[in-house]
Amino acid sequence: MLFNFANVLLFLVVGCLFVTLNLVVSRLLQTRLFTDEKYMPYECGEDPIGDTRIKFNARFYVIALIFLIFDVEIVFLFPWGVVFREIGVLAFVEMLIFIFMLLVGLAYIWVKGDLQWIRSIQSVREEVEQ
Amino acid sequence: MDLPLNVLIISSLIKIVVVVHILLIGVMGMILAERKVSGWIQDRHGPNRVGPWGILQPIADGIKFLLKEDLVPDHVDKPVYLLAPAIILVPALVTCGVVPFGSSITVSGYEIPLQIADINIGVLYILAITSLGVYGVVLGAWASNNKYSLLGGLRSSAQMISYELTLGLSLIGVLILSSSLSLREIAIQQGSYPWTWNFLIHFPAFLAFTTAAFAETNRLPFDLAEAEQELVGGYHTEYSSMKFAMYFMAEYMHMIVGSAVAVTLFFGGWQFFGLETVGGPFWSGLISVGIFFVKTAFFLFVFIWVRWTLPRFRYDQLMNLGWKFLLPITLASIVVTATVWAFTQSKVLVGILNVVVACIVVAIVSTTLVMTREPEPVEDRGILSFTKESSS
Repeated sequence: MLFNFANVLLFLVVGCLFVTLNLVVSRLLQTRLFTDEKYMPYECGEDPIGDTRIKFNARFYVIALIFLIFDVEIVFLFPWGVVFREIGVLAFVEMLIFIFMLLVGLAYIWVKGDLQWIRSIQSVREEVEQ
Repeated sequence: MDLPLNVLIISSLIKIVVVVHILLIGVMGMILAERKVSGWIQDRHGPNRVGPWGILQPIADGIKFLLKEDLVPDHVDKPVYLLAPAIILVPALVTCGVVPFGSSITVSGYEIPLQIADINIGVLYILAITSLGVYGVVLGAWASNNKYSLLGGLRSSAQMISYELTLGLSLIGVLILSSSLSLREIAIQQGSYPWTWNFLIHFPAFLAFTTAAFAETNRLPFDLAEAEQELVGGYHTEYSSMKFAMYFMAEYMHMIVGSAVAVTLFFGGWQFFGLETVGGPFWSGLISVGIFFVKTAFFLFVFIWVRWTLPRFRYDQLMNLGWKFLLPITLASIVVTATVWAFTQSKVLVGILNVVVACIVVAIVSTTLVMTREPEPVEDRGILSFTKESSS
């Protein structure tokens, strides 16, 4: 088994070498011509207006948080699935309760509107007023 | 393992070199196939100038990428900008290290398994490594310091993490039945007859897995991250030359590896009935590799086919599909598989009930969505409604 993991490591090294080789060969073969315009941010030829690190919608952040919670729960499901045959009814019932809790969480964020990507201004305003 | 160490080392070196080359040739083949099949679907020729039948087109593309000026714009975050393409390409390459691409081949008395590394956590390894791909996208987008890149990266990261849940959950049903995380073990257990393969037993989970694989590779209909009409190139707008080619290669490698994993987990891997022992220990190994490639090629064709069949999703539709349909379907599939398996041990029953419950879930969810849809008058959306109210 250890030998197999060594193979994975070897494959990783080969992958890194491949990437480096690509970049080096390309660097040696290419021609470079410096002009100022080339080094501007590409925004379809217009002069860029304002800073790039704009404020983006906070919903992306909420989605990331929800993902983290669910992903941690999936981590618990994997070993359970593998040893399912050996662990008997008790663990089966426990995991059903666990999945039920997952579903309650999903239902909660659903009802709270965090999964609703397009919200009418009216509903957002109502929420703010509350 | 009872092979002597030197045979092991030599064979694994050969396997690594061969697999890397096959992957690269596969990427080139996909570049050609994508354009040719696109051409056929749109009733035109596709590339036909470079070499006979346009067959040298990917080589011409590759040479062009190598010779182009590698532009690093002034405003980028240099270390991260340089690292990001590598972060996406290396995991794409490394994932296929655990995929079994054939049964085993007997060369001069030694039986060599046709897989680089048969590790006992294969499924976990694949999920872990493929999820690294999102870092390449996010870091590249952030380091580019370009508004198009940033928006593309944001969309892409939210999409990839949403569908990653589905990708993970859809495999748990398979694990329950196979009691193993080793890909070779899962493939062998499915047997060689098409009606015993996992895609029938876990049909909803299989559909969810395929959909999630499309989303993870940023392919149409989920290519909002690089929607050309809106975002120029999305997260790789500022990348040129070989670095752009690395993003490009990574996308195709993700497709190839995703197809290979789907074949292994749901389509019985390299097995097909009647062909297990044809031609003795050497040729049967090669035939099994051939079967595996044919199955993978079919999946890759589906990737291109879907691209020209379905239009691009809107972002809210994408999120709806991921969170409100696929996630409940896969969760239901796990519960059904576990319950039926705990009491009856009947694969037929698991298969039938999985489909039935998935239909019920879809019915419930879509009814809920239709019932709770808030009526939205057109003039109440966007900036216009503010101006109207403030004036009144």
